[in-house]
Amino acid sequence: MLTIYINDLELEVEEGSTILEASKKMGIKIPTICFHDRLTPPGLCRQCVVEVEGARVLMPSCITKVREGMKIKTDSERVVRARRTILEMLSSSTDLSESPDLLEQMKTYKAEDGRFENSSKRDFKVKDDNPFYMRDYSKCILCERCVQVCSADIQFSYALTTSGRGYNKRITTFYDRSLPETSCVFCGNCVAVCPTNALIASNEYNLKTEGAEK
Amino acid sequence: MENAEKKQLNRFLDNLKVKERTNLLPALLKAQDLYGYIPEDIAEKIGKTLNVPIADIYGVIEFYSLLYSKPTAETVIRVCTSPLCSLKGADKIKQALFEKLNVEDGIPSTDGRFMVESVQCLGLCDQAPAVMVNNRAVCNIDDDSIDLLINGGGPGSKNNYYSDNPVITKRFGKIDPLSIDDFIKEGGFKGFFHALTFTKDELIYAVKSSGLKGRGGAGYPTGLKEQGAVAVEGRETYVICNADESEPGTFKDRIMLSSDPYSVLEGILITAYIVGAKRGYIYIRGEYSEVHDIFTKVIENATKAGYLGENIQGSGLSFDLEIRSGAGAYICGEETALFESIEGKRGYPRNKPPFPIESGLFGKPTIINNVETFSYLAQVISDKKRVVLTQGGSPSGTKLFCLSGDLVRPGMYELPFGTKLSEVINDWAGGVPNGEIGSIILGGASGSFVPEKYWDIPLDDQSLRAVGLALGSGVIMVFNKDRDILKILSDITGFFKHESCGKCYPCQQGTQYQNEIITRLGKGICYKDDSEKLEDIGLTMKDASLCGLGQTASSAVLSAMKIWPDLFEISKGEVE
Repeated sequence: MLTIYINDLELEVEEGSTILEASKKMGIKIPTICFHDRLTPPGLCRQCVVEVEGARVLMPSCITKVREGMKIKTDSERVVRARRTILEMLSSSTDLSESPDLLEQMKTYKAEDGRFENSSKRDFKVKDDNPFYMRDYSKCILCERCVQVCSADIQFSYALTTSGRGYNKRITTFYDRSLPETSCVFCGNCVAVCPTNALIASNEYNLKTEGAEK
Repeated sequence: MENAEKKQLNRFLDNLKVKERTNLLPALLKAQDLYGYIPEDIAEKIGKTLNVPIADIYGVIEFYSLLYSKPTAETVIRVCTSPLCSLKGADKIKQALFEKLNVEDGIPSTDGRFMVESVQCLGLCDQAPAVMVNNRAVCNIDDDSIDLLINGGGPGSKNNYYSDNPVITKRFGKIDPLSIDDFIKEGGFKGFFHALTFTKDELIYAVKSSGLKGRGGAGYPTGLKEQGAVAVEGRETYVICNADESEPGTFKDRIMLSSDPYSVLEGILITAYIVGAKRGYIYIRGEYSEVHDIFTKVIENATKAGYLGENIQGSGLSFDLEIRSGAGAYICGEETALFESIEGKRGYPRNKPPFPIESGLFGKPTIINNVETFSYLAQVISDKKRVVLTQGGSPSGTKLFCLSGDLVRPGMYELPFGTKLSEVINDWAGGVPNGEIGSIILGGASGSFVPEKYWDIPLDDQSLRAVGLALGSGVIMVFNKDRDILKILSDITGFFKHESCGKCYPCQQGTQYQNEIITRLGKGICYKDDSEKLEDIGLTMKDASLCGLGQTASSAVLSAMKIWPDLFEISKGEVE
């Protein structure tokens, strides 16, 4: 067992635990976006960052292992600024209307919806190329979970990939082929792990759209 | 015709010793070279041969700027639009080319003969403005040379270097860079043979006490790195030379590797000897095809002369070195992104820890150094006196400085640490032509503007750190009084927007919004909370980004906001 300090409270934790696990044990909530407890944590959203004494930058709590005597602040000014700004940037680029968890986080961190100008807001036509599910990439936050489950984390279908770079990164298929032309087996795993309804079962999408029309 | 290309590609794939994913980038570059782009069926063929899922291949093609999934043209003209070329009229050149060739940015002409594309830094900042015509650099372009470059002419690139106390540039110009005999005659491999007379521990002690630190920008002590890599005994270890410089203002790898390439090889060999590595790579940025050709020759000659391969010079050390070419991605200069690239993946940086000395390339301990570091290491070991002379802290040795911008003599300078910034600019580089210094950036696009009160500061780690500045890789960009700071910042932030890999949110989104705000400010449109926004974006990137690119992508903006706050405030008078 190791002794660590989270927000000045002393805690005994098992060696090998992450800061996120240790905090959870103590009842301290750290927000996450890309993290999924069944998948390899990619550590890319940086929403779960915390301040570790002695570290130059903030550390992602989902993948940072505890060390003896570690002093951690989960809600310092730097941490809160980073979390709020990440949410504000996301909400300026992406349609978060069907991401209840993110909307909740925005309330918690008093993030201003669409704070940044959106001359290049991510706006894509819904892709409807198979009977099972739709792809509405205007809602995609690029957490890459779908690519993970389609690849080595679960299904080994390798139908999906990340393409492009920087702000123009996107999720697609081999040469942007339609899904039936790829190795997709329509297992539904990607739809299950999508946190924003960017991937959605076609019948659910149709019900939703019909509902909106009424 | 098409068959000839297919035959060539098949031959290339058949000849690959390892038919695995690590050869994905070489195969794609080959296909790109043969077809001018990577057709779908060719991507599938490569996938089958190397056993890579085809979706991943598309992801890789779309990651690297020099790989295309759609046809390009017989002649591709890449116009550098990075800060320094931009200042010297890149936009005018681009417009002239668009008009003359009747094309739009990045779209091939209807007859398939020409394509003109805006690109980021080509590493020719001392000869701005510059373009690449296919693999050929054309520099110092003026109105007259535009027609020349279209027709395959125009002034090529030069190696501009200066020093009066050369240590690692002492052989420059005296030797034929390709001749291993010339190198040996001028004291080459002395460090390597010297190293063989010591134990590994003694060598590590010598490197540590020399004070040598990484010259790529991060400045990690080289001896400590070696110690860490050796500690993992009995495991395969790799040595990698990082020659993927792509930072605006940096061109020292290009000059080093084309003027004294064997000195870099010598440093690599010494490192391999210290850490017990049998295999290594030199990763050269894709835009440096001339350097690539030079080093191919260097490896050939060194192998013939018994400086690579089995039992090198009877030392018992066996070591093979392979060249890997980048494909247009600044991020691959980040060490872990570089590993991913050699492994045949998108150049995404990895979360650290684990650090390369524990788990690097292919998950094995890896020691990776910059070109200048390796060359300097060979000097440190070859000269007993220097090892004693240099103690701790900033070495009393020399450093390569890349000077660019509004200067009489831009170029690469090897100067003692502690030389004053003003002396480097005015005495060495000849100062600003017909004018005065307006602003200085130290450390490249990821560096900071230097407040005027520090223009006389000695360039060494201690002095700079005391005032919150950093030398980085040794870039000094100088701008005259007429230069618009917001234009410079717009180009710098544009560079980061283009080069962000997009993996982590702070940088993926922050580089975009930072550039949007700065560019708007440059047009004279200022909103009341712009500086708050820029600060939130900048500090979030600095604090929360996954790698060094994102963590420094706002340095220039944040430093400018401190020096010229009015530029970012509504008081500017152009309110909206």
